[in-house]
Parts: sequence; structure tokens; C-alpha cells
Amino acid sequence: MSEKKSSAWSPSSRELDRRALRRKLNRKQSLIAAVSSVLVLGTLTIILVTSPGWEVVKATFFDIEYGKEVFPTVLKGLWINLQLTFFGGLAIGVIAMGLALLRTTKSPALTPFRFLATAYVDIFRGAPLILIILLVGFGVPALRLQGISSNVIVLGTIAVVLTYSAYVAEVIRSGILSIHPSQRAAARSLGLTSGQTMRFVVLPQALRRVVPPLLNDFVSLLKDTGLVSILGVTDAVRAAQINASRTFNYTPYVVAAILFLLITIPMTRYTDRAIRQRTQAQNSEGAI
Amino acid sequence: MSNVLELQNVRKAFGSEVVLNNLSLQVPEHTATVLIGASGSGKSTLLRCINLLETIDDGQIFLDGLEITDPAIKVDEIRRKLGMVFQSFNLFPHKTVLENITLAPVKVQNKDVEEARDIAKKLLSRFDLADKADQYPDRLSGGQQQRVAIIRSLAVNPRLLLLDEITSALDPVLVNEVLSIVRDLKQDGMTMVLATHEMGFATQVADEVCFLESGNILERGSAEQVLKNPTNPKTQEFLKRVHQAGRL
Repeated sequence: MSEKKSSAWSPSSRELDRRALRRKLNRKQSLIAAVSSVLVLGTLTIILVTSPGWEVVKATFFDIEYGKEVFPTVLKGLWINLQLTFFGGLAIGVIAMGLALLRTTKSPALTPFRFLATAYVDIFRGAPLILIILLVGFGVPALRLQGISSNVIVLGTIAVVLTYSAYVAEVIRSGILSIHPSQRAAARSLGLTSGQTMRFVVLPQALRRVVPPLLNDFVSLLKDTGLVSILGVTDAVRAAQINASRTFNYTPYVVAAILFLLITIPMTRYTDRAIRQRTQAQNSEGAI
Repeated sequence: MSNVLELQNVRKAFGSEVVLNNLSLQVPEHTATVLIGASGSGKSTLLRCINLLETIDDGQIFLDGLEITDPAIKVDEIRRKLGMVFQSFNLFPHKTVLENITLAPVKVQNKDVEEARDIAKKLLSRFDLADKADQYPDRLSGGQQQRVAIIRSLAVNPRLLLLDEITSALDPVLVNEVLSIVRDLKQDGMTMVLATHEMGFATQVADEVCFLESGNILERGSAEQVLKNPTNPKTQEFLKRVHQAGRL
């Protein structure tokens, strides 16, 4: 019935006026946006290219020919960063989830583990990542234990995982704590055990809520894998550094930065979109 | 008597589903208009359109003669003149009762903090909630929360109050404490539009009752007329079902 009605309806002249006015307002806003963008970006560009040292900066940082030359080396280094991020990310996810669950559990039997998890987070969240990398990278091989790898890539990854697990655990825990107690009450009242409540009701909502901060940590992780270069791993940063110190031209750093951005920016946009779609699907209060 | 609110041929569709279809309504000053009808008949959408929470597809809405559906209108300024109370209270859980009530007077109307607190406290004691001023909403009963929500919307002196099934989430014992506030407001001459399933209450406060069915007002008139002697078969059918559910 409503189908028929909607096809019979044609907008009144008032509605047509209104649509025209809305279009006009939209055009005006687009114009303001364009003018403002040109003004701000134009001013910044002018300040940059008219600065006294611009020619020198251009030659040492933005040498396109040299950039092309070092591109394959830096890209090869970036592959190390990506692998580190991927395997590290998996390990971080598992460990962080365990830590977060331990820190939020109320089970008396798990009390010592809760205490240990808290101590772990305190230590690894509080100590600078670069120190952890140095301690693990040079300290662990010095122990000369049987069966412990002395591969710097593995040791670097372990150091990064140790620190990031603590960060991510806290993000997940804050998500769990942000779910209103009424949700837990509703689940328990249906007869779900405390574990089932966590698994099927609390965690799905909590993780959804912490996707933006988790993505933030993931982007940081990708960038911080560059720090393992201090152990001698030839990642993108290291590869750029080697080339830059060979010629005193800093273009390789810019190439590395651009490569990192090419990965992180699309990732951020994609996640933003995914979150927006899910919010809209769950929420009827759309207009504000 | 001038119309505070006037709707002319309002149409609102979500996709192919037409929720409000060529609907017109006048609400004179100091009157209460009660919207009744089954769930999905468009009552809530109508209130949300008036509050500009939804953009209508056609027609016009006037507040004190000013067309508020004009795209060039400042939406925030219009909303300042309207109070809205929701079915699910929507109090801010991180603020105390007093802070909930004084937020808009202080931040929107730029009232002095002390003055806003005085007004809030007067309203709270008038509706027997003075001792709850420093409590957080989650510690209150549903009825108390909804009364606070009503006071919150009153604190900005709205020209028109929109009440969207404000007792639907409450148990019958608590319903009356909420409705008695609305009765008081009616006595004070507040202009109101309310959607409700409480027919007894509708009889007490309504100057006009409108029966909505698939986005249209099928029958309108005094409470006596529409609720006691409905002429439209669909109204009769609806009231019969309400009666069977024991809500008349």
C-alpha cells in the first residue's frame, strides 16, 4: 500500500523551493571550503618555497632521481617492518586479550595471576620501548641459554610484543569496563555463566568500542617496528639511514616516510568507514 | 488563541516506507494534544520531526508562525524553544541530577550557575525530588529518572513540550508519579504534544486527541468524542484492542 502512495506523491512547490535552497546552501558551503583550503594550503606552500634555505632542502630531501634509486632498497626494508607488524600484531592480540581478561576477572583462584598481570602492565607500559629493545636484544643473547634464538629480528619482535601487549591490554580492559553493568545483569539473568557473558555479550561490544584506539596502537606498532633497527635489523628506517649516510642526501628518509604513510593512511580511512557503517546499522538516531 | 505549533501537509518517508503522509495539525497555546495509535503509526516520528531530529520530505512546520522547516533556519535556536522527553529517559549518567538539569540553562542560555541551581532546586522540591539533587541517575528508580528528565526539559522554559511515550518504560506503580507532573504542567498552561498509550490519562489532560494510523490522523476531537464515541471503524478497532489489554 505504501508503495502505491509513494509513487503517487510528487513534491509540492514549497518542497521544490526547499530543495533548491538546500542545494544553494550546499554550494555555498563547498565554495567556503574550497576558498579556505586554497588560502591555507597556498599560504603554507608560499612560506615553504620562499624560505631562504628552500633550495638546499629541496636538493637534500626531495631529490627525485636519488629517491628512485634507493626506492627498491627501502621497500625491501619495509617488507621486514610489515612482517614484524603482522606476526607481532598476532602475538600482541593474544597476549593482550589474556592480560585484559586476567585484570578484569573476579575469580578468587586467579588472584595471583591478576596480580602478576597488573605488575606486567605496570612495568612494560612504564618503561621506554627503546630500553626494552636494547635489554632484550643484547641482554637475552648474553645469557647464552640453550635454544634461545639470537636472531635480532626475533628478539626485536619479542621486545616490541612485550611492550605493546601492555598497551593493548589496557585498551581492551577499558573497553570491557565501559560496558554498562546492566548488560552483564541481563546476560547473567538468562543463565549465561560469567565466562559466557564475557565471551558473547561483553567482549563483542567492548572490542567494537575500542576499535579506534586499537587501530591507533596498530599504526604506532607499524612505525615503532622501525626502532628494531638499533639492533642492526635492516628494516625500512635502517635501509634509508644506510643510504643517507653514504651520500649525505636525506631523500631516503622521505621515501621511507612516504611508504609508511601509504600503508597507514588507507588503513585509517578503511577503519573509520567500517566503524561508521556499523554505528549507523545499530543506531536509529541518525539525524544528529 | 494563537497556534504555537502548526503542521501543514507533512510527509516523511524512510526509503519506500511512508511514515507520515500529508499530515496537518494545529496546537493552540496552553493546550495539550494527545497522539494515540498503534506502534509504528508515526507518533514518535511526528514528534521527532517537530523537534527537527528528522528532516521532513514535504509540507511545512511552523512554531509561533515561523517556518522551522526552512533549510536556512538555525536549528539549535529552534530546539532551544522546544522541550523533549524520551521514552528511555536519556539522562546523562555521568552527571548528577542537579548537573543534568542545570547543563542547558548554564551552557545554552548562559545563566549564572547559582541562578540555574536555584531554579533546578525549586523544580526538584516542587516535584518531591529535592533529596535526589546530588545523586547520579543510575541510582534512581525509573519513575524518578523520568521525573528528572521532565524537569530537565522544563528548566529551559520551553515554548512547547514534546513527550514521547514517557511512561512506556515504567511499571504501573511508577506511571502515576510521572503523569501527575504532566497534569500539573497542564494546569500551569504549558503547551504540549504527547504520544501515549495511557488512555485514562489522555482523557484527563487532552484538549484534543488525534488517532494516527499509517501516517495519517484518521480521527480527531475531544477526548470524550474520540475515546468514548469513536466514529471511524479503525479507531473503534484500536480502542477495542486497548480495552482488551486492560489499559482504558
